[in-house]
Amino acid sequence: MDDLRRMAAWPSVLFTRSALRRSSASSSGSVRPLMEVFLQQLINGITLGSIYGLIAIGYTMVFGIIGMVNFAHGDVFMVSAFIAVITFLLLTTWLGIGSIAVVLVICLIVAMLLTSVWNWTIERVAYRPLRGSFRLAPLISAIGMSIFLSNFVQVTQGPRNKPVPPILKDVITVVHSDVYPVTISYKQLMIWAVTAILLAGFWYLVQKTSLGRAQRACEQDRKMASLLGIDVDRTISLTFVMGAALAAVAGVMYMVYYGVVSFSDGFTPGVKAFTAAVLGGIGSLPGAVIGGLLIGLIEVFWSAYFTIDYKDVAAFSILVVVLIFMPQGILGKPEVEKV
Amino acid sequence: MSDVATPAPASRVDLAGALKDAFWTTVITTAILGPFLGLLTVQNSASQLALITRWPLLVAFVAIIVGIRFLLKAFVWSRPAKAKKAPFALSPKMERIAAPFFIGLLFAFPLFILASLGAGGSIKWIDNFGIQILIYIMLGWGLNVVVGLAGLLDLGYVAFYAVGAYSYALLAKTFGFSFWILLPLAGILAATWGVILGFPVLRLRGDYLAIVTLAFGEIIRLILINWVDFSGGYAGISGIPRPTLLGIPFNASDSGFAATFGIEYSPIHRTIFLYYVILALALLTAWVTMRLRRLPIGRAWEALREDEIACRSLGINTTNTKLTAFATGAMFGGFAGSFFAARQGFISPESFTFMESANILAIVVLGGMGSLWGVVIAAMALVGGFELMREMDFLKLVFGADFDPTQYRTLLFGLAMVIIMLWKPRGLISTREPTAFLKEAKSVSGSHVKEGHG
Repeated sequence: MDDLRRMAAWPSVLFTRSALRRSSASSSGSVRPLMEVFLQQLINGITLGSIYGLIAIGYTMVFGIIGMVNFAHGDVFMVSAFIAVITFLLLTTWLGIGSIAVVLVICLIVAMLLTSVWNWTIERVAYRPLRGSFRLAPLISAIGMSIFLSNFVQVTQGPRNKPVPPILKDVITVVHSDVYPVTISYKQLMIWAVTAILLAGFWYLVQKTSLGRAQRACEQDRKMASLLGIDVDRTISLTFVMGAALAAVAGVMYMVYYGVVSFSDGFTPGVKAFTAAVLGGIGSLPGAVIGGLLIGLIEVFWSAYFTIDYKDVAAFSILVVVLIFMPQGILGKPEVEKV
Repeated sequence: MSDVATPAPASRVDLAGALKDAFWTTVITTAILGPFLGLLTVQNSASQLALITRWPLLVAFVAIIVGIRFLLKAFVWSRPAKAKKAPFALSPKMERIAAPFFIGLLFAFPLFILASLGAGGSIKWIDNFGIQILIYIMLGWGLNVVVGLAGLLDLGYVAFYAVGAYSYALLAKTFGFSFWILLPLAGILAATWGVILGFPVLRLRGDYLAIVTLAFGEIIRLILINWVDFSGGYAGISGIPRPTLLGIPFNASDSGFAATFGIEYSPIHRTIFLYYVILALALLTAWVTMRLRRLPIGRAWEALREDEIACRSLGINTTNTKLTAFATGAMFGGFAGSFFAARQGFISPESFTFMESANILAIVVLGGMGSLWGVVIAAMALVGGFELMREMDFLKLVFGADFDPTQYRTLLFGLAMVIIMLWKPRGLISTREPTAFLKEAKSVSGSHVKEGHG
């Protein structure tokens, strides 16, 4: 199965490629101005954390409502990043749209729509028939789906990295310093703004609309909810759609931030986002965002102050430690075992 | 989409419904496949991405999917569902006949290949098919203890495979111990790691346990990559000593196997020797598993799989039970790992990715959890089938000269996992019959009922 191994080339991506270029370059210098380095890493960490948080919401919602780890969610995120790249090319090279804002907004809408259809289909085909089947069946089906998605993209779009031309390159210097100027790029500002706006909208959707109420009802007791006239299947489908839409936002941000997308980009961010969901307390939406930000910050600070080689080990170790010592996470409720 | 419009004059067929369904299927498949099949991103000479179109491909795929779904919807799904048949399982009587026959076949395989293809042509078949499949059968049987018997989903099994391989490689290269001393040692080391990793996490249940074992598998692989002084990093370890037959090496020297027995030297000798070593190891795994199932610990594993809470209520120490399953499975993984290192002569972290864990898990799950036969069939189908794809030249005639079937291996593999889960969630051969009962098995076969209601 040597080919199988080579072709799969799973978790090969260094997620923080460019985010950490600055920190690794600075560590070779002789003087490290503490405050400036800290601020810069804080900015980078929040940006990365926003992306993780957006993916983590998909994990946490699905786990909350059907108690399943949607293993393929990381790959759904990767699929959305590819859709974003393709839409971006379509708009810039074929239609020749010059305005970056228009291009990004259309990219965002197209990616959210198509990724939602993807995840809806995946749920319909691979998970729904297994509801009520034996415990491990949906998880194994999700693992198969994750392998399928990454290889589907690899086979249809080719195994090479897909670079897009840099967008929003300009930076704002926050702290002026000769040795180590602290900067925020327009990209980062945009990521913060888009994440904040969409999270607010999402929060409204879950808290104030009838759809959100139905969803929270299904989370508490699916059988009772269906007795009270809630269409449980539809609610679960919509949960997958919402998770995919937020993952698509993360996918577009990922494309803008790193400027390069590869078919294997789903696995590692997926596991880290899952870690974020667990850290924040699985099932809790604010928990997922807090967990995402924490994981982003931990990863960036770990790479800046310790060693970049072991940053993934750090993320995985956090997952293990959290699950062992506080499986309910920061904002989660303790699990009650029912017979 | 000509297939869609094909009218089918048949009675009691809901054509209108099927057409409506076909319309929506067309919309959805076009939406999800459109960007990926209809458009292709390629790097042009200025190394910038450009788009080219492949509309015929997209139309073909959408037409195939919609057509199949339409036909299913109109003619198959509309019929009343038939009662489910009991899953296929070998009866003990059949097993008593089939097992010796199968083992005899395995023993005769290299000799048969050798006789029919000669020394030159048979290496490929014995090595790629025989040894490769047997390694996966052994790994499948090892993981079967953890997943199939104890019901613990382990996504990081490859970590123990890696521990076995690196233990053998490092100890053999540093201290010059022989394969036969290091084989049990590698197993013990892997089992120790199984206990070390297992102890803190085994309080977790279900999905959480799966994710933590995945994290452990990745941590071990990342450490092997990054701790270059210890493991050689990405470059791996090469020049690993090969196993010997009672101290007789398989080389062309005067003290080698060929010279000692007075036959002409041929690399096939080592291949056949390795084949029998892995065959013996695999059979050992099967035998130990079968014996353990009859011991109290094996019964406890199966009880744990069926209902953990009932198990605990009956006074079984679930942590210890899980730990022994974990350690036993890890030990067999360690054996297989040290054999793998000895066979390849070279190991690197590339061989121990998550994909490998998923492969082994797929073999166990698809074959039927807990079934030794299922593992054999799944390993032969997955590993052997994929090796065979390499040989399928006739596909080139159908799809054009640059068609490479191996490219689609992993894709089909993922798809197979999903389809088998949908079709038979318990795997191809599922045996959840109680292995312990008083006079006769009274309970309904577990496959018909939910977990914990057998």
